[in-house]
Amino acid sequence: MRIKRRSLPSRPLRAAALCIALTAAAATSQAQGGGQGSTIAMQGNGKGATACASCHGAHGEGNPAAGFPRLAGVSAPYIESQLALFADGQRQNPVMQPIAKALSEAERTAVGHYFSDLPFPPPAAKDESPTPAQTGAWLAARGRWADGLPACVQCHGPGGAGVGSAFPPLAGQSAAYIAAQLHAFKSGARPGGPMNLMKVVASKLSDTDISAVADYYGSTDGGRK
Amino acid sequence: MTGIPMFTSRMGAIACLALGAFAAGAAQPAKSPDDAEGGSSSAAFKPPPESAMPTDEFGKSVKLGEQIFLHTKEYAGKYVGNSLDCVNCHLDAGRKADASPLWAAYISYPAYRSKNKHVNSYAERLQGCFRFSMNGEAPPLGDKVLLALESYSYWLAKGAPVGEKIAGRGYPALPKPAEAPDYGRGSKVYAQHCALCHGADGQGQQSAGKTVFPPLWGAQSFNWGAGMHDIKNASAFIKANMPLGLGGTLTDQEAWDVAMFMDSHERPQDPRFKDSVAATRKAHHDSPTSMYGKTVNGHLLGAQ
Repeated sequence: MRIKRRSLPSRPLRAAALCIALTAAAATSQAQGGGQGSTIAMQGNGKGATACASCHGAHGEGNPAAGFPRLAGVSAPYIESQLALFADGQRQNPVMQPIAKALSEAERTAVGHYFSDLPFPPPAAKDESPTPAQTGAWLAARGRWADGLPACVQCHGPGGAGVGSAFPPLAGQSAAYIAAQLHAFKSGARPGGPMNLMKVVASKLSDTDISAVADYYGSTDGGRK
Repeated sequence: MTGIPMFTSRMGAIACLALGAFAAGAAQPAKSPDDAEGGSSSAAFKPPPESAMPTDEFGKSVKLGEQIFLHTKEYAGKYVGNSLDCVNCHLDAGRKADASPLWAAYISYPAYRSKNKHVNSYAERLQGCFRFSMNGEAPPLGDKVLLALESYSYWLAKGAPVGEKIAGRGYPALPKPAEAPDYGRGSKVYAQHCALCHGADGQGQQSAGKTVFPPLWGAQSFNWGAGMHDIKNASAFIKANMPLGLGGTLTDQEAWDVAMFMDSHERPQDPRFKDSVAATRKAHHDSPTSMYGKTVNGHLLGAQ
């Protein structure tokens, strides 16, 4: 797990740090696209890609009411891969397609790094010893192996915190977003991901299951204010 | 149906259905994961539902057994020497048929085991899991950990026929492969179907300090004494259960090849090691499907 820096040092220290940072900026920040990513996220790229922050929040926290996902702390390769899928229309979304298309490959990489480096509070602890009557929690923790359905935690990790670069966090995403994605995986509006795993999984979920599991993770608001 | 005029139309229909089924089977590997079986198809036996778990004093031991099974390090840490959990191989908390379910194991003991050449109680069988698969220390007989695992197994086995062979036990044996298992082919299967979760280096992945995808070799995996080190067992497990949620989608040959690849990497020493790798192989691994003591890529496996 990457340790996130949560607070900035005091002002004099910050000024000193800024000097060092400025000299180092060209080498590190630019190499990783940090500066460029930040600019695009906050202002857009001036070529048709609007500022990410206008929908995904100034801190990449997402907008649960509108169903816009959290991007803060989500892995860079995952964000990049989704932007590529939006751009070529494999992942269907009328809002994201033109934005992703307007971003160059390098800009997608920069944006991915920018958001993956943003801190996100750890998700609230979840009880992962539920009873089968708690449908959402049970599917999350135990799956339904009688149908060959693995549990969410088996790939997305304890508490849905996400695992590595390929398995994004579920914690901190809204119920609306998670439900919409599961329906999109099921219908094919969104590609099934590596080895088509999510298509297989989502196809084994009923509408009721989807609501239940989305509500379960959607309530993991991870301290979002 | 021409040429077989004595067939009635009904027989013809049945034959066509059978041929259709055969064609579907022969079409394997149908690579669409949509076709994955994944479920516990072969076994008629169903363990009791979680909701039926008792809540009395005995039920507490059952519940503890389930928790040990799911979170082995947290609940039985002093007996665990790696970062695996029981549930990594015994899927669905030890319930899933064809993934060595506990209900089938429970009713199969006491039994004579060629592995240690005497009659083993179920508790002794569980000790073996800790010593080999968990690369740890065997809990002493009567220990709370063993009693809890035994309680959980006994409860899962409610109504299972004692003394009879039960479908779903262990892993379905895989036919011998058409071609001898091959490391190079296995490495390609691994890269394509396994590395996403278990990592290119086989070390698995963790989240928040907890193993999510288990390490398949190396210091944090099962040792050379574990059943899974034998490619006969590993290939059967892989075919039936891997990739997770897509069981049954690899061909038999792919399962053999990738098992050979996995088990051709170094892992913790067999705790029964005595004198030399060669002597230990002769004593415990004298089988063509054990890679222990064989040389792969210039390395003598088991020499550490």
